[in-house]
Amino acid sequence: MNIVVCIKQVPDTTEVKLDPKTGTLIREGVPSIINPDDKAGLEAALRLKDQYGAKVTVVSMGPPQADAALKEAVAMGADQAILLSDRAFGGSDTWATSTVIASALKKLDYDLIITGRQAIDGDTAQVGPQIAEHLGIPNISYAEDIKLEGDHIIVKRKYEDRYHIIKCKLPCLITALSELNVPRYMTPGRIFDAYRNEELATKVWGVNDVPVDTTVIGLKGSPTNVFKSFTKAPKAAGNVYKPDTAEEAAQIIVDKLQEKFIL
Amino acid sequence: MNFTLSKEHQLAQNLFREFADKEVAPLAHEIDETERFPVETVEKMKKLGFLGIPYKKEYGGQGCDDLTYVLMMEQLGRVCGSTAIIASVHTSLCCGALNNAGTEEQKQKYLRPLCDGTWLGAFGLTEPSAGTDAAGQCTRAVLDGDEYVLNGSKIFITNSGWADVYVIFAMTDKSQGSRGISAFIVPANTPGFSVGKPELKMGIRASTACELIFENVRIPKENLLGKEGKGFGIAMKALDGGRIGIAAQALGLAQGALDNVIAYVKERKQFGKPLSKLQNTQFTLADMETRVQAARLLVYSAAVAYDQGQPISVKAAQAKLFASETASYVTNRAVQLMGGYGYMREYPVERMMRDAKITEIYEGTSEVMRMVISGQLLK
Repeated sequence: MNIVVCIKQVPDTTEVKLDPKTGTLIREGVPSIINPDDKAGLEAALRLKDQYGAKVTVVSMGPPQADAALKEAVAMGADQAILLSDRAFGGSDTWATSTVIASALKKLDYDLIITGRQAIDGDTAQVGPQIAEHLGIPNISYAEDIKLEGDHIIVKRKYEDRYHIIKCKLPCLITALSELNVPRYMTPGRIFDAYRNEELATKVWGVNDVPVDTTVIGLKGSPTNVFKSFTKAPKAAGNVYKPDTAEEAAQIIVDKLQEKFIL
Repeated sequence: MNFTLSKEHQLAQNLFREFADKEVAPLAHEIDETERFPVETVEKMKKLGFLGIPYKKEYGGQGCDDLTYVLMMEQLGRVCGSTAIIASVHTSLCCGALNNAGTEEQKQKYLRPLCDGTWLGAFGLTEPSAGTDAAGQCTRAVLDGDEYVLNGSKIFITNSGWADVYVIFAMTDKSQGSRGISAFIVPANTPGFSVGKPELKMGIRASTACELIFENVRIPKENLLGKEGKGFGIAMKALDGGRIGIAAQALGLAQGALDNVIAYVKERKQFGKPLSKLQNTQFTLADMETRVQAARLLVYSAAVAYDQGQPISVKAAQAKLFASETASYVTNRAVQLMGGYGYMREYPVERMMRDAKITEIYEGTSEVMRMVISGQLLK
């Protein structure tokens, strides 16, 4: 079985600060990590590999330094790493990013694609499902448990208030939650292999290595424009009312709306 | 000259830091208080290959280098001196002696399971009357047919009771003095071999330091490590490597105390302001940090020299001397800066101060380190 795991290198903080002048992320002094949901996805792939046997390929799109995240993935046990890196990819929004990644995946053999649910720096949760759309394969989001049964995958999908058990024929794409598992540690020997064994060296694919229409990628090919980024002002604590009846509750809401001149 | 760790060493350092913080630090206080050997942590380290870092993959090791091992020792030492010494004696002394002096067959039979996480190792040199004067060995080994028969005892043996295999030194020819010492591989389950009661120590209380007793312990002559009479050299060479590991443990202890005290002085207020605003605090921290950085340079450079195959006796002695005395200085100042709280067992600096002291003593005292260093100058 061939499993492809898509990972993103992100700043190691859930409290990313924005430069108030430029509206961009302040990355200086913040160490980079594998996005937590993606790391859980990688661990899920490695567990399937341990249990059933599989080749695990990790793919990332990003600047050359994103290779560090791929090296970490190989040091955890991934068999192959591919970095999609080219100036032409720079500035891509989620749609352009998923276009590039899906184009690259078309060059690979895959039975299962795993991505994280969302990245802690962008929080869109769009790239995984978009890749599935580009490839025309089913997508199961928010996986909390993954099992293999013949040529089917059985996924426990977590919604806010319920679980769905979904059986799906391979190939398909799964987006993983960080709650899925506790990712394993790297081993010292694998770290050295990741950096020193040429067979494990990251393959870097630029725009000429990927069959993609260059008009739909990068900053110019991105339909999304970020109008403004800002740090959210902290909200004041709300008031909690405990009405006894629905009528009373409705009255409180109407009063408040009139108070604010909304009604 | 480049003082930056390579990317692979940096990633390994991240791994060890994360492991130390998540797996080792949470147990450090409890295992010290109860003098409990952290068997669960040792099992985790075995599984992750942490107990075979500098050795070749063909012997079950990780195929990394001494610098990587030192980075692990530093991170373990930063949170738990006991856990660090368990790993160090296993890696530097037991595996080190086997790797340096073992035959191919011995390496496959003993070094491989020690490196691949199957076994834990120990090293028995010290005796009641042979400490720094290691040549004064009383344990005897006599060849009887195809077997050596060992009689005698060892004391203060780290990993005793938990090790699966011991490298043991014994006299095969008393008339030859240090040239009459030989090294042997003794599996823990050999009849006649037993482990005495645990010694009660000041620090590194979660590691064991028991007596080993040999009563007509018969081992096959294939378990002679190196040639007969070459045991002293095997021990000294292993200890050269071991001293770099102890130096890294000491460096970690110093860094751990410094990290703790920095957090404390920012929080603790006296006379209406944090302790960090007092010049005495600032100057003390500056002295601590400078010594820690100097120790780090000595320790890393000794490890790199080891990896490059340079002679390391003096470099290892310098690293151990300075790092261990730095550990004692820094942990002592950390307790002083924290005052009464620093003296309480609730805070880790008290444990670190007790743990630091032994680094000036074991695997060669500071006095022996000074003899090694000055001996090189005056020869």
